Amino acid sequence: MDTEKTATPLFTLDRVSQERGGTCILRDVTIDLPRTAVTALIGPSGAGKTSLLRLLNRLDDPTSGTVWFNGRPITEYPVGSLRRRAGFVFQRPTMFPGTVADNLRIAVALGNGSGGPPDPARVLEAVGLPPDIAGRRADGLSGGEQQRASIARALMTRPEVLLLDEPTSALDPEVAEHLLATVAHLSRERGLAVVMVTHRLAEARQFSTWTVMLEAGRVVEAGPTDRIFTDAKNPRTREYIRSAE
Amino acid sequence: MNAALLQQTAPAAADTIVVTWTDLGLSSALILVAIAISEWQRLGIARSLTVGAIRAVVQLVLVGYVLVYIFATSLWWIVLLALVVMLLAATSTATRRPGKRVAIGNRRTLWTISGTAMFIGSGLTLAYVTEIVLNVDPWYEPRYLIPLFGMIIGNAMNGAALAAERLAAEIENRRGEVEAYLALGASSARAAAEPTRRALLAALIPTVNSLMVVGLVQLPGMMTGQILAGQSPLLAVRYQIVVQFMLAGATAITGVIVVLWYRKTFFTDADQLATRVPV
Repeated sequence: MDTEKTATPLFTLDRVSQERGGTCILRDVTIDLPRTAVTALIGPSGAGKTSLLRLLNRLDDPTSGTVWFNGRPITEYPVGSLRRRAGFVFQRPTMFPGTVADNLRIAVALGNGSGGPPDPARVLEAVGLPPDIAGRRADGLSGGEQQRASIARALMTRPEVLLLDEPTSALDPEVAEHLLATVAHLSRERGLAVVMVTHRLAEARQFSTWTVMLEAGRVVEAGPTDRIFTDAKNPRTREYIRSAE
Repeated sequence: MNAALLQQTAPAAADTIVVTWTDLGLSSALILVAIAISEWQRLGIARSLTVGAIRAVVQLVLVGYVLVYIFATSLWWIVLLALVVMLLAATSTATRRPGKRVAIGNRRTLWTISGTAMFIGSGLTLAYVTEIVLNVDPWYEPRYLIPLFGMIIGNAMNGAALAAERLAAEIENRRGEVEAYLALGASSARAAAEPTRRALLAALIPTVNSLMVVGLVQLPGMMTGQILAGQSPLLAVRYQIVVQFMLAGATAITGVIVVLWYRKTFFTDADQLATRVPV
Protein backbone atom coordinates (compact mmCIF):
# COMPACT_ATOMS: atom_id res chain seq x y z
CA MET A 1 0.00 0.00 0.00
CA ASP A 2 2.79 2.34 0.99
CA THR A 3 4.76 1.67 -2.13
CA GLU A 4 1.65 2.23 -4.21
CA LYS A 5 1.05 5.55 -2.49
CA THR A 6 4.62 6.65 -3.09
CA ALA A 7 4.27 5.67 -6.69
CA THR A 8 1.17 7.81 -7.17
CA PRO A 9 2.29 11.13 -8.57
CA LEU A 10 1.47 14.16 -6.46
CA PHE A 11 -0.22 15.84 -9.40
CA THR A 12 -1.17 14.47 -12.77
CA LEU A 13 -2.34 16.67 -15.58
CA ASP A 14 -4.30 14.77 -18.18
CA ARG A 15 -4.81 16.52 -21.52
CA VAL A 16 -5.20 19.85 -19.82
CA SER A 17 -5.89 22.92 -21.92
CA GLN A 18 -6.67 26.42 -20.86
CA GLU A 19 -7.97 29.36 -22.80
CA ARG A 20 -8.43 32.91 -21.69
CA GLY A 21 -10.07 35.58 -23.77
CA GLY A 22 -9.75 33.44 -26.89
CA THR A 23 -6.01 32.89 -26.34
CA CYS A 24 -4.75 29.37 -25.74
CA ILE A 25 -2.48 29.40 -22.69
CA LEU A 26 -2.00 25.68 -22.10
CA ARG A 27 -2.37 23.14 -24.90
CA ASP A 28 -3.13 19.54 -24.22
CA VAL A 29 -0.69 19.23 -21.31
CA THR A 30 -0.19 15.69 -19.98
CA ILE A 31 2.38 15.29 -17.25
CA ASP A 32 3.08 13.79 -13.80
CA LEU A 33 4.64 15.86 -11.02
CA PRO A 34 6.52 13.66 -8.52
CA ARG A 35 5.82 14.01 -4.80
CA THR A 36 9.27 13.72 -3.31
CA ALA A 37 11.03 16.55 -4.98
CA VAL A 38 11.43 20.19 -5.65
CA THR A 39 9.99 20.52 -9.13
CA ALA A 40 10.96 23.55 -11.21
CA LEU A 41 8.76 24.82 -14.04
CA ILE A 42 10.98 26.60 -16.52
CA GLY A 43 10.47 28.15 -19.93
CA PRO A 44 10.34 31.50 -21.68
CA SER A 45 7.85 34.22 -20.72
CA GLY A 46 4.33 33.36 -21.81
CA ALA A 47 5.05 29.62 -21.76
CA GLY A 48 2.18 29.03 -19.33
CA LYS A 49 4.23 28.27 -16.19
CA THR A 50 2.21 30.41 -13.80
CA SER A 51 -1.06 29.36 -15.43
CA LEU A 52 -0.15 25.73 -14.86
CA LEU A 53 0.81 26.37 -11.24
CA ARG A 54 -2.51 28.13 -10.57
CA LEU A 55 -4.38 25.02 -11.68
CA LEU A 56 -2.73 23.01 -8.91
CA ASN A 57 -4.68 24.61 -6.07
CA ARG A 58 -7.62 25.64 -8.21
CA LEU A 59 -7.03 29.37 -8.28
CA ASP A 60 -8.09 28.66 -11.87
CA ASP A 61 -9.67 25.68 -13.57
CA PRO A 62 -8.65 24.27 -16.96
CA THR A 63 -10.92 24.77 -19.94
CA SER A 64 -10.64 21.06 -20.66
CA GLY A 65 -8.80 18.05 -19.28
CA THR A 66 -8.39 16.82 -15.71
CA VAL A 67 -5.96 17.64 -12.92
CA TRP A 68 -5.42 14.82 -10.42
CA PHE A 69 -4.12 15.32 -6.87
CA ASN A 70 -3.02 12.27 -4.85
CA GLY A 71 -4.78 10.01 -7.32
CA ARG A 72 -8.14 11.77 -7.23
CA PRO A 73 -9.55 14.40 -9.56
CA ILE A 74 -8.78 17.74 -7.98
CA THR A 75 -12.41 18.83 -8.24
CA GLU A 76 -13.43 16.06 -5.82
CA TYR A 77 -11.73 17.82 -2.91
CA PRO A 78 -13.55 20.62 -1.10
CA VAL A 79 -11.76 23.62 -2.54
CA GLY A 80 -10.89 25.15 0.85
CA SER A 81 -9.24 21.99 2.14
CA LEU A 82 -7.42 21.45 -1.16
CA ARG A 83 -5.95 24.96 -0.95
CA ARG A 84 -4.78 24.36 2.60
CA ARG A 85 -3.08 21.16 1.47
CA ALA A 86 -1.48 22.85 -1.52
CA GLY A 87 -0.15 26.17 -0.21
CA PHE A 88 0.37 28.86 -2.83
CA VAL A 89 2.95 31.62 -2.56
CA PHE A 90 2.58 34.48 -5.03
CA GLN A 91 5.23 36.27 -7.01
CA ARG A 92 4.52 39.48 -5.12
CA PRO A 93 3.92 38.81 -1.45
CA THR A 94 0.68 40.30 -0.15
CA MET A 95 0.65 40.77 3.58
CA PHE A 96 -2.62 41.10 5.43
CA PRO A 97 -3.05 44.12 7.73
CA GLY A 98 -1.46 43.79 11.16
CA THR A 99 1.65 42.07 12.45
CA VAL A 100 3.44 39.00 11.15
CA ALA A 101 1.84 37.05 14.01
CA ASP A 102 -1.59 38.31 12.88
CA ASN A 103 -0.83 37.04 9.38
CA LEU A 104 0.01 33.60 10.70
CA ARG A 105 -3.10 33.58 12.92
CA ILE A 106 -5.35 34.47 9.97
CA ALA A 107 -4.06 31.45 8.08
CA VAL A 108 -4.86 29.21 11.05
CA ALA A 109 -8.26 30.82 11.58
CA LEU A 110 -9.21 29.88 8.02
CA GLY A 111 -8.91 26.25 9.04
CA ASN A 112 -6.01 23.83 8.96
CA GLY A 113 -5.33 20.22 8.34
CA SER A 114 -4.84 17.38 10.77
CA GLY A 115 -2.68 17.67 13.85
CA GLY A 116 -3.59 21.18 14.93
CA PRO A 117 -1.76 24.36 13.95
CA PRO A 118 2.02 24.33 14.03
CA ASP A 119 3.92 26.50 16.48
CA PRO A 120 4.33 29.94 14.85
CA ALA A 121 7.79 30.44 16.38
CA ARG A 122 9.01 27.21 14.81
CA VAL A 123 7.53 28.07 11.46
CA LEU A 124 9.22 31.46 11.50
CA GLU A 125 12.48 29.76 12.38
CA ALA A 126 11.99 27.24 9.60
CA VAL A 127 11.68 30.00 6.98
CA GLY A 128 14.73 31.77 8.42
CA LEU A 129 13.02 34.68 10.19
CA PRO A 130 14.03 35.78 13.71
CA PRO A 131 11.40 35.12 16.41
CA ASP A 132 11.02 38.81 17.32
CA ILE A 133 9.70 39.55 13.82
CA ALA A 134 6.32 38.17 14.89
CA GLY A 135 5.39 41.45 16.58
CA ARG A 136 6.40 43.66 13.65
CA ARG A 137 3.95 45.14 11.17
CA ALA A 138 3.91 42.87 8.15
CA ASP A 139 3.78 45.70 5.61
CA GLY A 140 6.95 47.18 7.09
CA LEU A 141 9.12 44.17 6.23
CA SER A 142 11.59 44.10 3.37
CA GLY A 143 10.69 42.24 0.18
CA GLY A 144 12.72 39.20 1.14
CA GLU A 145 11.24 39.13 4.65
CA GLN A 146 7.74 39.46 3.26
CA GLN A 147 8.31 36.54 0.93
CA ARG A 148 9.57 34.42 3.82
CA ALA A 149 6.57 35.52 5.90
CA SER A 150 4.29 34.49 2.99
CA ILE A 151 5.87 31.05 3.00
CA ALA A 152 5.49 30.88 6.79
CA ARG A 153 1.82 31.85 6.42
CA ALA A 154 1.29 29.12 3.86
CA LEU A 155 3.00 26.59 6.16
CA MET A 156 0.54 27.37 8.97
CA THR A 157 -2.11 25.20 7.30
CA ARG A 158 0.28 22.19 7.28
CA PRO A 159 0.34 21.81 3.49
CA GLU A 160 1.64 18.72 1.71
CA VAL A 161 2.97 20.78 -1.13
CA LEU A 162 4.11 24.36 -1.58
CA LEU A 163 3.41 26.06 -4.90
CA LEU A 164 5.80 28.94 -5.45
CA ASP A 165 5.19 31.37 -8.28
CA GLU A 166 8.52 33.02 -9.12
CA PRO A 167 9.14 33.59 -5.42
CA THR A 168 12.48 35.31 -5.98
CA SER A 169 11.73 37.54 -8.96
CA ALA A 170 11.54 40.70 -6.83
CA LEU A 171 14.57 39.84 -4.69
CA ASP A 172 18.31 40.51 -4.93
CA PRO A 173 20.23 37.45 -6.14
CA GLU A 174 21.80 36.92 -2.73
CA VAL A 175 18.49 37.16 -0.85
CA ALA A 176 16.92 34.91 -3.48
CA GLU A 177 19.55 32.25 -3.01
CA HIS A 178 19.10 32.25 0.75
CA LEU A 179 15.33 31.94 0.35
CA LEU A 180 15.58 28.99 -1.99
CA ALA A 181 18.15 27.27 0.20
CA THR A 182 15.57 27.59 2.99
CA VAL A 183 12.85 26.13 0.76
CA ALA A 184 15.05 23.20 -0.29
CA HIS A 185 15.89 22.59 3.35
CA LEU A 186 12.19 22.67 4.31
CA SER A 187 11.42 20.20 1.58
CA ARG A 188 14.09 17.77 2.78
CA GLU A 189 13.37 18.16 6.50
CA ARG A 190 9.60 18.01 6.36
CA GLY A 191 9.10 15.81 3.33
CA LEU A 192 7.33 18.77 1.78
CA ALA A 193 6.87 18.69 -1.97
CA VAL A 194 7.58 21.97 -3.76
CA VAL A 195 6.55 23.06 -7.23
CA MET A 196 8.12 26.33 -8.23
CA VAL A 197 7.99 28.53 -11.26
CA THR A 198 11.22 30.26 -12.07
CA HIS A 199 12.77 32.17 -14.91
CA ARG A 200 16.22 31.96 -13.34
CA LEU A 201 17.71 28.76 -14.68
CA ALA A 202 20.52 28.76 -12.14
CA GLU A 203 17.89 28.48 -9.40
CA ALA A 204 16.22 25.55 -11.08
CA ARG A 205 19.54 23.83 -11.59
CA GLN A 206 20.75 24.37 -8.04
CA PHE A 207 17.62 23.77 -6.01
CA SER A 208 15.29 21.49 -7.96
CA THR A 209 15.39 17.75 -8.40
CA TRP A 210 12.86 17.58 -11.22
CA THR A 211 12.46 20.04 -14.09
CA VAL A 212 9.61 20.64 -16.50
CA MET A 213 10.32 22.75 -19.57
CA LEU A 214 7.30 24.55 -21.02
CA GLU A 215 7.02 26.54 -24.20
CA ALA A 216 3.98 28.15 -25.80
CA GLY A 217 1.61 26.28 -23.52
CA ARG A 218 3.09 22.84 -24.18
CA VAL A 219 5.39 20.59 -22.17
CA VAL A 220 8.58 20.34 -24.16
CA GLU A 221 10.41 18.01 -21.82
CA ALA A 222 10.39 16.81 -18.22
CA GLY A 223 12.86 14.81 -16.18
CA PRO A 224 15.48 14.83 -13.43
CA THR A 225 17.06 18.26 -13.22
CA ASP A 226 20.61 16.91 -13.69
CA ARG A 227 19.70 15.29 -16.98
CA ILE A 228 17.65 18.23 -18.29
CA PHE A 229 20.58 20.58 -17.72
CA THR A 230 23.33 18.31 -19.02
CA ASP A 231 21.68 16.08 -21.56
CA ALA A 232 18.34 17.48 -22.67
CA LYS A 233 16.72 15.37 -25.34
CA ASN A 234 14.70 18.09 -26.95
CA PRO A 235 16.62 20.66 -29.03
CA ARG A 236 14.23 23.42 -27.86
CA THR A 237 15.22 22.71 -24.26
CA ARG A 238 18.92 22.70 -25.14
CA GLU A 239 18.51 25.97 -27.00
CA TYR A 240 16.59 27.62 -24.15
CA ILE A 241 19.13 26.55 -21.55
CA ARG A 242 22.04 27.66 -23.74
CA SER A 243 20.47 31.03 -24.56
CA ALA A 244 19.77 31.76 -20.91
CA GLU A 245 23.26 30.95 -19.74
CA MET B 1 -51.20 75.39 -14.46
CA ASN B 2 -54.04 77.72 -13.67
CA ALA B 3 -54.92 79.04 -10.24
CA ALA B 4 -58.04 76.90 -9.94
CA LEU B 5 -56.00 73.74 -10.47
CA LEU B 6 -53.49 74.87 -7.89
CA GLN B 7 -56.25 75.47 -5.40
CA GLN B 8 -57.96 72.19 -6.16
CA THR B 9 -54.97 69.98 -5.48
CA ALA B 10 -53.17 71.75 -2.67
CA PRO B 11 -54.97 74.28 -0.57
CA ALA B 12 -52.01 76.46 0.25
CA ALA B 13 -51.83 78.57 3.33
CA ALA B 14 -53.51 81.92 2.80
CA ASP B 15 -50.27 83.90 2.78
CA THR B 16 -48.35 81.64 0.36
CA ILE B 17 -47.05 83.53 -2.65
CA VAL B 18 -48.24 81.89 -5.85
CA VAL B 19 -45.48 81.77 -8.48
CA THR B 20 -46.94 83.05 -11.77
CA TRP B 21 -45.64 82.44 -15.31
CA THR B 22 -44.37 86.02 -15.24
CA ASP B 23 -42.43 85.18 -12.09
CA LEU B 24 -40.94 82.16 -13.84
CA GLY B 25 -39.92 84.39 -16.75
CA LEU B 26 -38.20 86.73 -14.30
CA SER B 27 -36.39 83.84 -12.62
CA SER B 28 -34.99 82.73 -15.98
CA ALA B 29 -32.75 85.80 -15.83
CA LEU B 30 -30.65 83.84 -13.35
CA ILE B 31 -30.02 80.95 -15.73
CA LEU B 32 -29.13 83.56 -18.39
CA VAL B 33 -26.49 84.88 -15.99
CA ALA B 34 -25.05 81.36 -15.72
CA ILE B 35 -25.03 81.03 -19.53
CA ALA B 36 -23.37 84.44 -19.88
CA ILE B 37 -20.63 83.46 -17.42
CA SER B 38 -20.10 80.21 -19.33
CA GLU B 39 -19.67 82.14 -22.59
CA TRP B 40 -17.40 84.75 -21.01
CA GLN B 41 -15.10 82.14 -19.44
CA ARG B 42 -15.35 79.85 -22.50
CA LEU B 43 -16.56 76.92 -20.45
CA GLY B 44 -18.34 75.48 -23.46
CA ILE B 45 -21.39 74.54 -21.43
CA ALA B 46 -23.74 77.29 -22.60
CA ARG B 47 -25.52 74.85 -24.85
CA SER B 48 -25.82 72.24 -22.08
CA LEU B 49 -27.12 74.89 -19.69
CA THR B 50 -29.71 75.99 -22.24
CA VAL B 51 -30.82 72.46 -23.03
CA GLY B 52 -30.77 71.62 -19.31
CA ALA B 53 -32.90 74.65 -18.44
CA ILE B 54 -35.44 73.81 -21.14
CA ARG B 55 -35.52 70.16 -20.09
CA ALA B 56 -35.97 71.12 -16.45
CA VAL B 57 -38.93 73.33 -17.31
CA VAL B 58 -40.57 70.73 -19.57
CA GLN B 59 -39.93 67.79 -17.21
CA LEU B 60 -41.11 69.61 -14.10
CA VAL B 61 -44.24 70.99 -15.76
CA LEU B 62 -45.07 67.52 -17.10
CA VAL B 63 -44.45 65.96 -13.70
CA GLY B 64 -46.66 68.64 -12.19
CA TYR B 65 -49.53 67.67 -14.46
CA VAL B 66 -48.91 63.96 -13.88
CA LEU B 67 -48.99 64.51 -10.12
CA VAL B 68 -52.16 66.59 -10.41
CA TYR B 69 -53.72 63.70 -12.33
CA ILE B 70 -52.52 61.07 -9.83
CA PHE B 71 -53.68 63.12 -6.86
CA ALA B 72 -57.04 63.81 -8.47
CA THR B 73 -57.78 60.22 -9.49
CA SER B 74 -56.29 58.77 -6.28
CA LEU B 75 -56.41 55.17 -7.51
CA TRP B 76 -54.12 52.70 -5.74
CA TRP B 77 -52.90 51.06 -8.91
CA ILE B 78 -52.03 54.35 -10.56
CA VAL B 79 -50.02 55.29 -7.48
CA LEU B 80 -48.19 51.95 -7.55
CA LEU B 81 -47.59 52.34 -11.28
CA ALA B 82 -45.99 55.72 -10.61
CA LEU B 83 -43.75 54.17 -7.95
CA VAL B 84 -42.71 51.41 -10.35
CA VAL B 85 -41.81 53.95 -13.03
CA MET B 86 -39.71 55.84 -10.48
CA LEU B 87 -37.99 52.60 -9.45
CA LEU B 88 -37.19 51.66 -13.06
CA ALA B 89 -35.84 55.13 -13.82
CA ALA B 90 -33.67 55.02 -10.69
CA THR B 91 -32.36 51.54 -11.57
CA SER B 92 -31.36 52.62 -15.05
CA THR B 93 -29.59 55.68 -13.69
CA ALA B 94 -27.78 53.73 -10.96
CA THR B 95 -26.39 51.23 -13.45
CA ARG B 96 -25.55 53.64 -16.24
CA ARG B 97 -21.80 53.95 -15.94
CA PRO B 98 -20.36 54.31 -19.40
CA GLY B 99 -17.01 52.61 -19.90
CA LYS B 100 -17.20 50.75 -16.61
CA ARG B 101 -16.60 47.05 -16.58
CA VAL B 102 -18.59 44.61 -14.53
CA ALA B 103 -17.57 41.26 -13.04
CA ILE B 104 -18.54 37.97 -14.66
CA GLY B 105 -22.04 39.18 -15.12
CA ASN B 106 -22.99 41.88 -17.49
CA ARG B 107 -24.87 45.10 -17.08
CA ARG B 108 -28.15 43.18 -16.98
CA THR B 109 -26.94 41.35 -13.86
CA LEU B 110 -26.07 44.62 -12.18
CA TRP B 111 -29.41 46.03 -13.30
CA THR B 112 -31.23 43.11 -11.67
CA ILE B 113 -29.18 43.37 -8.49
CA SER B 114 -29.56 47.14 -8.12
CA GLY B 115 -33.24 47.09 -9.06
CA THR B 116 -34.06 44.32 -6.60
CA ALA B 117 -32.01 45.94 -3.84
CA MET B 118 -33.71 49.30 -4.37
CA PHE B 119 -37.10 47.62 -4.55
CA ILE B 120 -36.57 45.89 -1.22
CA GLY B 121 -34.73 48.73 0.53
CA SER B 122 -37.05 51.50 -0.63
CA GLY B 123 -40.22 49.44 -0.51
CA LEU B 124 -39.71 48.28 3.06
CA THR B 125 -38.78 51.75 4.21
CA LEU B 126 -41.72 53.40 2.47
CA ALA B 127 -44.14 50.82 3.87
CA TYR B 128 -42.78 51.27 7.37
CA VAL B 129 -42.89 55.07 7.26
CA THR B 130 -46.33 55.39 5.70
CA GLU B 131 -48.07 52.54 7.51
CA ILE B 132 -46.41 52.42 10.93
CA VAL B 133 -44.93 55.88 11.48
CA LEU B 134 -47.36 58.22 9.70
CA ASN B 135 -50.48 56.01 9.47
CA VAL B 136 -51.30 57.34 6.03
CA ASP B 137 -54.96 56.80 5.20
CA PRO B 138 -55.81 55.47 2.68
CA TRP B 139 -52.55 53.53 2.45
CA TYR B 140 -51.94 54.67 -1.12
CA GLU B 141 -52.53 58.39 -0.49
CA PRO B 142 -50.36 59.76 -3.30
CA ARG B 143 -49.64 63.09 -1.63
CA TYR B 144 -47.52 61.19 0.87
CA LEU B 145 -46.37 58.12 -1.02
CA ILE B 146 -45.00 59.78 -4.11
CA PRO B 147 -42.87 62.53 -2.57
CA LEU B 148 -41.63 60.23 0.17
CA PHE B 149 -40.75 57.51 -2.33
CA GLY B 150 -39.05 60.10 -4.52
CA MET B 151 -36.70 61.02 -1.71
CA ILE B 152 -36.10 57.41 -0.68
CA ILE B 153 -35.42 56.13 -4.17
CA GLY B 154 -33.12 59.06 -4.95
CA ASN B 155 -30.94 58.20 -1.96
CA ALA B 156 -31.15 54.47 -2.50
CA MET B 157 -30.09 55.03 -6.12
CA ASN B 158 -26.97 56.92 -5.12
CA GLY B 159 -26.22 54.32 -2.47
CA ALA B 160 -26.60 51.43 -4.92
CA ALA B 161 -24.43 53.11 -7.55
CA LEU B 162 -21.70 54.01 -5.06
CA ALA B 163 -21.72 50.54 -3.50
CA ALA B 164 -21.46 48.70 -6.83
CA GLU B 165 -18.83 50.97 -8.29
CA ARG B 166 -16.72 50.92 -5.16
CA LEU B 167 -16.98 47.15 -4.76
CA ALA B 168 -15.73 46.56 -8.31
CA ALA B 169 -12.88 49.03 -7.79
CA GLU B 170 -11.88 47.59 -4.41
CA ILE B 171 -11.84 44.00 -5.64
CA GLU B 172 -9.79 45.03 -8.66
CA ASN B 173 -7.33 47.06 -6.58
CA ARG B 174 -7.05 44.41 -3.88
CA ARG B 175 -6.86 41.48 -6.23
CA GLY B 176 -3.60 40.33 -4.65
CA GLU B 177 -5.05 40.35 -1.15
CA VAL B 178 -8.26 38.64 -2.23
CA GLU B 179 -6.34 35.87 -3.99
CA ALA B 180 -3.97 35.53 -1.02
CA TYR B 181 -6.98 34.77 1.16
CA LEU B 182 -8.43 32.37 -1.41
CA ALA B 183 -5.09 30.58 -1.70
CA LEU B 184 -5.17 29.89 2.04
CA GLY B 185 -8.55 28.22 1.66
CA ALA B 186 -10.75 31.20 2.58
CA SER B 187 -14.27 31.37 1.21
CA SER B 188 -14.95 34.09 -1.35
CA ALA B 189 -17.03 35.93 1.26
CA ARG B 190 -14.06 35.99 3.63
CA ALA B 191 -11.60 36.87 0.88
CA ALA B 192 -13.67 39.85 -0.22
CA ALA B 193 -14.69 40.95 3.28
CA GLU B 194 -12.58 44.10 3.24
CA PRO B 195 -13.70 45.26 -0.24
CA THR B 196 -17.28 44.58 0.83
CA ARG B 197 -16.90 46.60 4.01
CA ARG B 198 -15.33 49.50 2.15
CA ALA B 199 -18.01 49.49 -0.55
CA LEU B 200 -20.81 49.57 1.99
CA LEU B 201 -19.06 52.33 3.88
CA ALA B 202 -18.74 54.35 0.66
CA ALA B 203 -22.47 53.96 0.09
CA LEU B 204 -23.31 55.14 3.60
CA ILE B 205 -20.86 58.02 4.07
CA PRO B 206 -23.10 60.62 2.31
CA THR B 207 -25.97 59.60 4.59
CA VAL B 208 -23.83 59.94 7.69
CA ASN B 209 -22.57 63.33 6.51
CA SER B 210 -26.10 64.46 5.84
CA LEU B 211 -27.19 63.43 9.35
CA MET B 212 -24.28 65.41 10.78
CA VAL B 213 -24.85 68.70 8.98
CA VAL B 214 -28.58 68.76 8.33
CA GLY B 215 -30.01 72.11 9.42
CA LEU B 216 -26.55 73.60 9.88
CA VAL B 217 -25.12 73.82 6.41
CA GLN B 218 -28.33 73.69 4.44
CA LEU B 219 -32.03 73.28 4.95
CA PRO B 220 -33.24 70.19 3.14
CA GLY B 221 -35.50 70.73 0.13
CA MET B 222 -38.53 69.12 1.66
CA MET B 223 -38.33 71.17 4.80
CA THR B 224 -37.76 74.34 2.81
CA GLY B 225 -40.78 73.47 0.68
CA GLN B 226 -42.98 72.96 3.70
CA ILE B 227 -41.88 76.22 5.25
CA LEU B 228 -42.40 78.11 1.99
CA ALA B 229 -45.84 76.52 1.77
CA GLY B 230 -46.73 78.03 5.11
CA GLN B 231 -46.16 75.12 7.50
CA SER B 232 -44.84 75.72 10.96
CA PRO B 233 -41.07 75.17 10.95
CA LEU B 234 -41.50 72.96 14.01
CA LEU B 235 -43.78 70.57 12.13
CA ALA B 236 -41.48 70.74 9.10
CA VAL B 237 -38.58 69.77 11.33
CA ARG B 238 -40.41 66.70 12.64
CA TYR B 239 -41.08 65.56 9.10
CA GLN B 240 -37.47 66.15 8.25
CA ILE B 241 -36.30 64.00 11.15
CA VAL B 242 -38.50 61.15 9.92
CA VAL B 243 -37.09 61.68 6.43
CA GLN B 244 -33.47 61.61 7.61
CA PHE B 245 -33.95 58.34 9.46
CA MET B 246 -35.91 56.92 6.56
CA LEU B 247 -33.14 57.76 4.09
CA ALA B 248 -30.48 56.20 6.32
CA GLY B 249 -32.49 52.99 6.63
CA ALA B 250 -33.28 52.75 2.93
CA THR B 251 -29.68 53.41 1.88
CA ALA B 252 -28.28 50.86 4.33
CA ILE B 253 -30.71 48.12 3.29
CA THR B 254 -30.19 48.80 -0.42
CA GLY B 255 -26.42 49.05 -0.03
CA VAL B 256 -26.01 45.82 1.89
CA ILE B 257 -28.10 43.88 -0.61
CA VAL B 258 -26.10 45.32 -3.52
CA VAL B 259 -22.67 44.50 -2.04
CA LEU B 260 -23.51 41.00 -0.81
CA TRP B 261 -25.20 39.98 -4.03
CA TYR B 262 -22.89 41.77 -6.44
CA ARG B 263 -19.87 40.30 -4.65
CA LYS B 264 -20.96 36.82 -5.67
CA THR B 265 -20.65 37.75 -9.34
CA PHE B 266 -16.90 38.27 -8.94
CA PHE B 267 -16.32 34.65 -7.97
CA THR B 268 -16.97 31.26 -9.48
CA ASP B 269 -18.66 28.44 -7.57
CA ALA B 270 -15.19 27.08 -6.75
CA ASP B 271 -14.23 30.34 -4.99
CA GLN B 272 -12.05 31.54 -7.85
CA LEU B 273 -11.69 35.21 -8.62
CA ALA B 274 -13.32 35.51 -12.00
CA THR B 275 -11.63 37.10 -14.95
CA ARG B 276 -13.25 40.40 -15.65
CA VAL B 277 -14.85 40.78 -19.00
CA PRO B 278 -15.76 44.04 -20.65
CA VAL B 279 -19.48 44.67 -21.01
